[in-house]
Amino acid sequence: MADSRLTAYRYLVGAQVRSQAQYRASFAVDVTGSVLFGVLDIVSVVVLFRVTPTLGGFDFAEVFLMTALAGCAFATADLVVGNVERLRQYERSGLFDALLVRPLSSLAQLMAMDVATRRVGRVAFGVVMLVLAAANAPVEFTPARLALLAVTPIAGAMIFGAVFVATATVAFWWIESGEIANGLTYGGLNFTQYPITIYGVLFRRLFAYAVGFAFVAYYPTLVLLDRSDPLGAPALLGYASPAVAVVAAAAAGLMWRTGVRHYRSTGS
Amino acid sequence: MPSRSREETTVQASYPTESRASSRRAYLALAAAAFQRYATYRQAMVAAVVTNSVFGFLRFAVMLAVIETGARAVAGYDEPQLATFVWAGQGLIGVVLLWALPEFAERIRTGDVITDLLRPIDPVWQLLAADLGRAGYAVLTRFVVPVVVGALAFDLYAPRRPITYALFAWSMLLATIVCFGCRYLVNAAAYWLLDVRGPQTAWTLTSGIFGGLYFPVWFFPDAVAIGLIVATPFPSVIQIPLDILVERGSPTEQLGLLGVQAGWVVVLLALCRWVQKRGERKLVIQGG
Repeated sequence: MADSRLTAYRYLVGAQVRSQAQYRASFAVDVTGSVLFGVLDIVSVVVLFRVTPTLGGFDFAEVFLMTALAGCAFATADLVVGNVERLRQYERSGLFDALLVRPLSSLAQLMAMDVATRRVGRVAFGVVMLVLAAANAPVEFTPARLALLAVTPIAGAMIFGAVFVATATVAFWWIESGEIANGLTYGGLNFTQYPITIYGVLFRRLFAYAVGFAFVAYYPTLVLLDRSDPLGAPALLGYASPAVAVVAAAAAGLMWRTGVRHYRSTGS
Repeated sequence: MPSRSREETTVQASYPTESRASSRRAYLALAAAAFQRYATYRQAMVAAVVTNSVFGFLRFAVMLAVIETGARAVAGYDEPQLATFVWAGQGLIGVVLLWALPEFAERIRTGDVITDLLRPIDPVWQLLAADLGRAGYAVLTRFVVPVVVGALAFDLYAPRRPITYALFAWSMLLATIVCFGCRYLVNAAAYWLLDVRGPQTAWTLTSGIFGGLYFPVWFFPDAVAIGLIVATPFPSVIQIPLDILVERGSPTEQLGLLGVQAGWVVVLLALCRWVQKRGERKLVIQGG
């Protein structure tokens, strides 16, 4: 049973990937575009450091590491679940109803159908930047830190993925919610690129702690750099990202279920 | 509708206008209709201003961090000026409609564009009139809300010279037309490409980073900044109106910046009309 379900998902993803790669020129343009969005984040940081020596108490190499971690995590989440933000359109067009009558999870189907293959460009670029940033920053590598460096982007991707799903569920209650989810998804990327020390108290509580964005890049970077938190948090928090990611994913899954149960088809 | 498609393909675009007065009425009607259309999308407007305001907090936090490293001013802006730059910028996004869905490209792809071409007025002016009507509504809503939010949370720079308000109003109008022109050209690429995702992505990237949205272009080396302002249309959309608003430079310099924008308006609109003419020759409507 579980096996046949997996085959079904594999077919869905395979069909998507093949169809997206069908128009080679368009696909190449899309992949390039996706890489350039990654470049943009890095360029922004470089330009900011042209006019300032430090940002929130961190120098370029340190912020660059945070930006790279955040970029990697975001790009991966965007590749896998980014298109869930189209839920609004699917509700309006009735496609979501079609998903619900199939004997598979609605969320997993959406993820399989909407995998944005072109975004693989940004992920690849993100990984390259992360390697560069880690080599450039004053990190003393131990096995624990190496493991942390490898796990953090995955945990971060889970946190971003949870945010993508959770914000998309808003559409179950409010179809005309427009780009409001972007404030947390793309806004989250913006937030996690920089040390949380630069934000005001209210914003920090909301984004860094309540949503968990501090665990995407900030706390793990502190451990990698062997720095103490200027805000006084214990150093061990840097290793807590996977746990936070699991909690975030569970919360997002719960929101999704509640949303689906609440869902009333728009009819035709 | 389908039965008419054959004749529609042969429509020649020579917009015979009855008289100037009647076409002026038509443009005013189009603008008024667009104003009303956007006034009915209230929920979308609320969603947009909330999002713009969230990004206002995020962007200004970064600017504040740059300032707080000791320098009292950065790239010629002090703290209140940067606050106004960020928050008015977040409002301006909605007025110029920096990121619009490629609606017109979709009309070209599906062939719906034929109804635009059948009207006895130029499609570029039609769309411009509608866009200005939309922008008029956006000034009252999408511009005002982020500025008020910013003013409540931070110390914003209010222009010292009364004339600045008038200059800014003109600058905002010119910025809207420049942005319209750029978006139009992106959409018109559909005459040749059908799928405009590539040009659309290029516009989103370049307008954000070279237009002064993510950070003032003066964060680049001066020569680069000046080159961008004069030789590319991007700063005319966000950077120039904001520089005028925060009174970076004398009234003469403000007028000079308005001149740069006006120059781009002329260049872009001429380009739009030329591209439209070429595009119409290329256009094939599939009968059906």
